[in-house]
Amino acid sequence: MHLSPDDIVFWRHGFLELNATIAYTWGLMLVLAVGSRLVTRRLSTGLERSRWQNLLEIVVTGIERQIAEVGLKRPEKYLGFLGTLFLFVATASLFTIVPGYEPPTGSLSTTAALAICVFVAVPLFGIEESGLGGYLRAYLKPTFIMLPFNIISELSRTLALAVRLFGNMMSGTMILAILLTITPFVFPIAMSALGLLTGMVQAYIFSILATVYIAAATRTREPRPGLEG
Amino acid sequence: MDSTTLVAIASIVTAGLTIALGSIGPALGEGRAVATALSSLAQQPDAATTITRTLFVGLAMIESIAIYCFVVSMILIFANPFWNHVIAQAAGK
Repeated sequence: MHLSPDDIVFWRHGFLELNATIAYTWGLMLVLAVGSRLVTRRLSTGLERSRWQNLLEIVVTGIERQIAEVGLKRPEKYLGFLGTLFLFVATASLFTIVPGYEPPTGSLSTTAALAICVFVAVPLFGIEESGLGGYLRAYLKPTFIMLPFNIISELSRTLALAVRLFGNMMSGTMILAILLTITPFVFPIAMSALGLLTGMVQAYIFSILATVYIAAATRTREPRPGLEG
Repeated sequence: MDSTTLVAIASIVTAGLTIALGSIGPALGEGRAVATALSSLAQQPDAATTITRTLFVGLAMIESIAIYCFVVSMILIFANPFWNHVIAQAAGK
Protein backbone atom coordinates (compact mmCIF):
# COMPACT_ATOMS: atom_id res chain seq x y z
CA MET A 1 0.00 0.00 0.00
CA HIS A 2 1.39 3.35 -1.01
CA LEU A 3 1.69 5.17 2.30
CA SER A 4 3.88 8.13 1.44
CA PRO A 5 5.86 9.62 -1.44
CA ASP A 6 8.93 7.95 0.09
CA ASP A 7 7.88 4.75 -1.68
CA ILE A 8 8.47 6.17 -5.16
CA VAL A 9 12.22 5.95 -5.68
CA PHE A 10 13.79 7.49 -8.76
CA TRP A 11 17.41 6.59 -8.12
CA ARG A 12 19.27 4.70 -5.46
CA HIS A 13 22.96 4.30 -4.68
CA GLY A 14 23.82 2.47 -1.49
CA PHE A 15 21.77 4.11 1.23
CA LEU A 16 21.36 7.39 -0.68
CA GLU A 17 18.14 7.53 -2.57
CA LEU A 18 16.30 10.13 -4.57
CA ASN A 19 12.66 9.55 -3.82
CA ALA A 20 9.55 11.46 -4.77
CA THR A 21 9.52 13.37 -1.47
CA ILE A 22 12.89 14.97 -2.17
CA ALA A 23 12.03 15.62 -5.81
CA TYR A 24 8.70 17.29 -5.01
CA THR A 25 10.22 19.29 -2.16
CA TRP A 26 12.89 20.69 -4.45
CA GLY A 27 10.28 21.36 -7.11
CA LEU A 28 8.24 23.37 -4.58
CA MET A 29 11.33 25.28 -3.46
CA LEU A 30 12.13 26.07 -7.09
CA VAL A 31 8.62 27.35 -7.79
CA LEU A 32 8.49 29.48 -4.64
CA ALA A 33 11.99 30.94 -4.96
CA VAL A 34 11.99 31.54 -8.71
CA GLY A 35 8.41 32.84 -8.66
CA SER A 36 9.14 35.32 -5.89
CA ARG A 37 12.35 36.43 -7.61
CA LEU A 38 10.51 37.06 -10.85
CA VAL A 39 7.78 39.03 -9.12
CA THR A 40 10.07 41.17 -6.97
CA ARG A 41 12.50 42.03 -9.74
CA ARG A 42 10.76 45.33 -10.39
CA LEU A 43 9.04 46.41 -7.23
CA SER A 44 7.07 49.63 -7.41
CA THR A 45 6.10 51.75 -4.43
CA GLY A 46 3.62 53.91 -6.33
CA LEU A 47 -0.01 53.34 -7.08
CA GLU A 48 0.73 51.30 -10.20
CA ARG A 49 1.83 47.81 -9.37
CA SER A 50 1.61 44.44 -10.98
CA ARG A 51 -0.97 41.90 -9.95
CA TRP A 52 1.63 39.47 -8.68
CA GLN A 53 3.22 42.10 -6.49
CA ASN A 54 -0.21 42.85 -5.08
CA LEU A 55 -0.71 39.18 -4.33
CA LEU A 56 2.62 38.86 -2.58
CA GLU A 57 1.94 42.02 -0.57
CA ILE A 58 -1.43 40.68 0.54
CA VAL A 59 0.16 37.42 1.64
CA VAL A 60 3.07 39.03 3.47
CA THR A 61 1.03 41.70 5.27
CA GLY A 62 -1.59 39.10 6.16
CA ILE A 63 0.99 36.86 7.78
CA GLU A 64 2.57 39.83 9.56
CA ARG A 65 -0.79 40.88 10.96
CA GLN A 66 -1.51 37.35 12.19
CA ILE A 67 1.85 37.21 13.94
CA ALA A 68 1.19 40.56 15.62
CA GLU A 69 -2.30 39.45 16.68
CA VAL A 70 -0.92 36.41 18.48
CA GLY A 71 1.16 38.76 20.58
CA LEU A 72 4.66 38.98 19.15
CA LYS A 73 5.87 42.54 19.55
CA ARG A 74 8.03 42.87 16.42
CA PRO A 75 6.57 40.58 13.76
CA GLU A 76 9.18 41.38 11.14
CA LYS A 77 11.79 39.49 13.15
CA TYR A 78 9.81 36.26 12.94
CA LEU A 79 8.19 36.85 9.56
CA GLY A 80 10.87 34.98 7.65
CA PHE A 81 10.64 31.76 9.62
CA LEU A 82 6.90 31.65 10.25
CA GLY A 83 6.00 32.91 6.80
CA THR A 84 8.18 30.27 5.18
CA LEU A 85 6.56 27.55 7.27
CA PHE A 86 3.10 28.65 6.22
CA LEU A 87 3.97 29.15 2.54
CA PHE A 88 5.77 25.84 2.22
CA VAL A 89 3.00 23.75 3.78
CA ALA A 90 0.31 25.72 1.95
CA THR A 91 1.87 25.36 -1.51
CA ALA A 92 2.71 21.72 -0.79
CA SER A 93 -0.99 21.14 -0.37
CA LEU A 94 -2.10 23.54 -3.12
CA PHE A 95 -0.15 21.77 -5.85
CA THR A 96 -2.30 18.64 -5.60
CA ILE A 97 -4.13 20.37 -8.42
CA VAL A 98 -1.24 19.30 -10.62
CA PRO A 99 -1.82 15.69 -11.75
CA GLY A 100 0.74 13.15 -10.68
CA TYR A 101 1.84 15.24 -7.72
CA GLU A 102 1.82 14.13 -4.11
CA PRO A 103 2.40 16.54 -1.25
CA PRO A 104 5.82 15.92 0.31
CA THR A 105 4.27 16.75 3.68
CA GLY A 106 2.57 13.38 3.39
CA SER A 107 5.87 11.83 4.40
CA LEU A 108 6.81 11.71 8.07
CA SER A 109 10.36 12.78 7.21
CA THR A 110 9.27 16.18 5.91
CA THR A 111 6.90 16.92 8.78
CA ALA A 112 9.43 15.73 11.34
CA ALA A 113 12.02 18.03 9.77
CA LEU A 114 9.62 20.99 9.94
CA ALA A 115 8.73 20.19 13.56
CA ILE A 116 12.42 19.95 14.49
CA CYS A 117 12.94 23.35 12.87
CA VAL A 118 10.28 24.77 15.19
CA PHE A 119 11.77 22.89 18.14
CA VAL A 120 15.16 24.50 17.50
CA ALA A 121 13.78 27.94 16.64
CA VAL A 122 11.75 28.39 19.84
CA PRO A 123 14.76 28.34 22.23
CA LEU A 124 16.78 30.43 19.75
CA PHE A 125 14.18 33.19 19.70
CA GLY A 126 13.64 32.88 23.44
CA ILE A 127 17.35 33.21 24.24
CA GLU A 128 17.64 36.11 21.81
CA GLU A 129 14.85 37.87 23.64
CA SER A 130 15.53 37.21 27.31
CA GLY A 131 19.08 35.83 27.46
CA LEU A 132 20.14 32.28 28.24
CA GLY A 133 19.54 32.57 31.99
CA GLY A 134 16.17 34.22 31.58
CA TYR A 135 15.01 31.61 29.11
CA LEU A 136 16.17 28.65 31.20
CA ARG A 137 14.61 30.17 34.30
CA ALA A 138 11.26 30.08 32.56
CA TYR A 139 11.35 26.29 32.75
CA LEU A 140 11.22 26.57 36.54
CA LYS A 141 7.98 28.56 36.47
CA PRO A 142 5.61 28.30 38.28
CA THR A 143 7.57 25.99 40.63
CA PHE A 144 10.75 24.01 40.06
CA ILE A 145 8.77 20.76 40.41
CA MET A 146 7.33 21.56 37.00
CA LEU A 147 10.74 21.25 35.30
CA PRO A 148 10.31 17.67 33.98
CA PHE A 149 6.76 18.42 32.88
CA ASN A 150 7.85 21.52 31.00
CA ILE A 151 10.57 19.56 29.21
CA ILE A 152 8.17 16.74 28.38
CA SER A 153 5.63 19.21 27.07
CA GLU A 154 8.28 20.74 24.78
CA LEU A 155 9.10 17.35 23.31
CA SER A 156 5.53 16.16 23.03
CA ARG A 157 4.27 19.25 21.25
CA THR A 158 7.06 18.89 18.68
CA LEU A 159 5.97 15.30 18.13
CA ALA A 160 2.35 16.44 17.94
CA LEU A 161 3.20 19.04 15.29
CA ALA A 162 4.89 16.43 13.13
CA VAL A 163 2.26 13.71 13.49
CA ARG A 164 -0.68 16.10 13.08
CA LEU A 165 0.55 17.42 9.74
CA PHE A 166 1.65 13.99 8.55
CA GLY A 167 -1.63 12.35 9.54
CA ASN A 168 -3.76 14.98 7.84
CA MET A 169 -1.80 14.95 4.59
CA MET A 170 -1.37 11.19 4.45
CA SER A 171 -5.01 10.50 5.12
CA GLY A 172 -6.02 12.87 2.34
CA THR A 173 -3.89 11.11 -0.27
CA MET A 174 -4.83 7.67 1.03
CA ILE A 175 -8.57 8.37 0.88
CA LEU A 176 -8.05 9.61 -2.67
CA ALA A 177 -6.16 6.48 -3.67
CA ILE A 178 -8.77 4.18 -2.13
CA LEU A 179 -11.66 6.05 -3.73
CA LEU A 180 -9.99 5.95 -7.13
CA THR A 181 -10.19 2.17 -7.05
CA ILE A 182 -13.87 2.20 -6.05
CA THR A 183 -15.66 5.08 -7.81
CA PRO A 184 -13.22 6.62 -10.24
CA PHE A 185 -15.25 9.57 -11.40
CA VAL A 186 -17.03 11.98 -9.09
CA PHE A 187 -16.08 11.20 -5.51
CA PRO A 188 -12.31 11.56 -5.92
CA ILE A 189 -12.85 15.14 -7.07
CA ALA A 190 -14.90 15.97 -3.97
CA MET A 191 -12.32 14.29 -1.73
CA SER A 192 -9.54 16.14 -3.52
CA ALA A 193 -11.29 19.45 -2.80
CA LEU A 194 -11.67 18.44 0.84
CA GLY A 195 -8.00 17.52 0.89
CA LEU A 196 -7.13 21.00 -0.42
CA LEU A 197 -9.21 22.59 2.33
CA THR A 198 -7.66 20.55 5.11
CA GLY A 199 -4.21 21.21 3.66
CA MET A 200 -4.75 24.96 3.89
CA VAL A 201 -6.17 24.69 7.40
CA GLN A 202 -3.25 22.52 8.50
CA ALA A 203 -0.76 24.99 7.04
CA TYR A 204 -2.44 27.76 9.03
CA ILE A 205 -2.54 25.61 12.17
CA PHE A 206 1.13 24.66 11.87
CA SER A 207 2.32 28.25 11.54
CA ILE A 208 -0.06 29.60 14.19
CA LEU A 209 1.09 26.95 16.66
CA ALA A 210 4.72 27.78 15.91
CA THR A 211 3.86 31.46 16.49
CA VAL A 212 2.16 30.66 19.80
CA TYR A 213 5.15 28.60 20.99
CA ILE A 214 7.56 31.39 20.07
CA ALA A 215 5.31 33.97 21.73
CA ALA A 216 5.22 31.85 24.90
CA ALA A 217 9.01 31.62 24.89
CA THR A 218 9.60 35.33 24.26
CA ARG A 219 6.99 36.74 26.61
CA THR A 220 8.57 39.60 28.55
CA ARG A 221 8.70 38.61 32.18
CA GLU A 222 7.02 41.20 34.37
CA PRO A 223 9.28 42.41 37.20
CA ARG A 224 8.34 40.68 40.43
CA PRO A 225 6.41 42.95 42.83
CA GLY A 226 8.51 44.10 45.75
CA LEU A 227 11.69 44.59 43.74
CA GLU A 228 10.80 48.19 42.91
CA GLY A 229 11.51 50.72 45.62
CA MET B 1 -4.82 -21.53 15.88
CA ASP B 2 -1.24 -20.86 14.85
CA SER B 3 0.61 -17.65 15.44
CA THR B 4 0.00 -16.31 11.92
CA THR B 5 -3.75 -16.42 12.40
CA LEU B 6 -3.50 -14.97 15.89
CA VAL B 7 -1.39 -12.02 14.77
CA ALA B 8 -3.74 -11.36 11.86
CA ILE B 9 -6.88 -11.48 14.02
CA ALA B 10 -5.36 -9.30 16.74
CA SER B 11 -4.10 -6.72 14.24
CA ILE B 12 -7.35 -6.39 12.36
CA VAL B 13 -9.57 -6.26 15.45
CA THR B 14 -7.30 -3.79 17.20
CA ALA B 15 -7.11 -1.58 14.10
CA GLY B 16 -10.87 -1.41 13.87
CA LEU B 17 -11.35 -0.80 17.59
CA THR B 18 -8.62 1.85 17.68
CA ILE B 19 -10.19 4.07 15.07
CA ALA B 20 -13.73 3.39 16.25
CA LEU B 21 -13.17 4.26 19.90
CA GLY B 22 -10.58 6.89 19.10
CA SER B 23 -12.93 9.06 17.06
CA ILE B 24 -15.70 9.26 19.66
CA GLY B 25 -13.88 11.53 22.09
CA PRO B 26 -12.54 14.06 19.58
CA ALA B 27 -15.88 14.26 17.82
CA LEU B 28 -17.72 15.06 21.04
CA GLY B 29 -15.04 17.53 22.08
CA GLU B 30 -15.07 19.32 18.74
CA GLY B 31 -18.86 19.56 18.83
CA ARG B 32 -18.74 21.23 22.22
CA ALA B 33 -15.94 23.55 21.11
CA VAL B 34 -17.80 24.73 18.02
CA ALA B 35 -21.06 25.14 19.96
CA THR B 36 -19.35 27.32 22.57
CA ALA B 37 -17.57 29.30 19.86
CA LEU B 38 -20.86 29.94 18.06
CA SER B 39 -22.58 31.15 21.21
CA SER B 40 -19.68 33.48 22.05
CA LEU B 41 -19.71 34.76 18.45
CA ALA B 42 -23.39 35.54 18.91
CA GLN B 43 -22.63 37.41 22.12
CA GLN B 44 -19.63 39.37 20.79
CA PRO B 45 -19.57 39.57 17.01
CA ASP B 46 -16.73 42.09 16.86
CA ALA B 47 -14.31 39.65 18.45
CA ALA B 48 -14.99 37.34 15.53
CA THR B 49 -11.41 37.05 14.25
CA THR B 50 -9.97 36.20 17.65
CA ILE B 51 -12.70 33.69 18.37
CA THR B 52 -12.36 32.07 14.95
CA ARG B 53 -8.61 31.81 15.18
CA THR B 54 -8.72 30.36 18.70
CA LEU B 55 -11.45 27.98 17.58
CA PHE B 56 -9.33 26.68 14.72
CA VAL B 57 -6.28 26.21 16.91
CA GLY B 58 -8.36 24.40 19.52
CA LEU B 59 -9.98 22.21 16.88
CA ALA B 60 -6.57 21.25 15.52
CA MET B 61 -5.39 20.22 18.97
CA ILE B 62 -8.50 18.11 19.53
CA GLU B 63 -8.22 16.66 16.03
CA SER B 64 -4.67 15.48 16.69
CA ILE B 65 -5.99 12.85 19.09
CA ALA B 66 -8.08 11.36 16.32
CA ILE B 67 -5.08 11.60 14.00
CA TYR B 68 -2.93 9.66 16.46
CA CYS B 69 -5.54 6.88 16.57
CA PHE B 70 -5.74 6.90 12.77
CA VAL B 71 -1.97 6.62 12.43
CA VAL B 72 -1.86 3.68 14.85
CA SER B 73 -4.64 2.02 12.90
CA MET B 74 -2.82 2.51 9.61
CA ILE B 75 0.39 1.13 11.08
CA LEU B 76 -1.47 -1.96 12.26
CA ILE B 77 -2.94 -2.57 8.83
CA PHE B 78 -0.16 -1.54 6.45
CA ALA B 79 3.15 -1.39 8.29
CA ASN B 80 2.63 -4.03 10.95
CA PRO B 81 6.02 -5.29 12.20
CA PHE B 82 4.53 -8.38 13.85
CA TRP B 83 2.75 -9.35 10.66
CA ASN B 84 5.93 -8.83 8.63
CA HIS B 85 7.88 -10.95 11.08
CA VAL B 86 5.33 -13.75 10.99
CA ILE B 87 5.12 -13.64 7.19
CA ALA B 88 8.92 -13.74 6.92
CA GLN B 89 8.92 -16.78 9.18
CA ALA B 90 6.21 -18.49 7.14
CA ALA B 91 8.02 -17.70 3.89
CA GLY B 92 11.31 -19.00 5.27
CA LYS B 93 9.80 -22.34 6.32
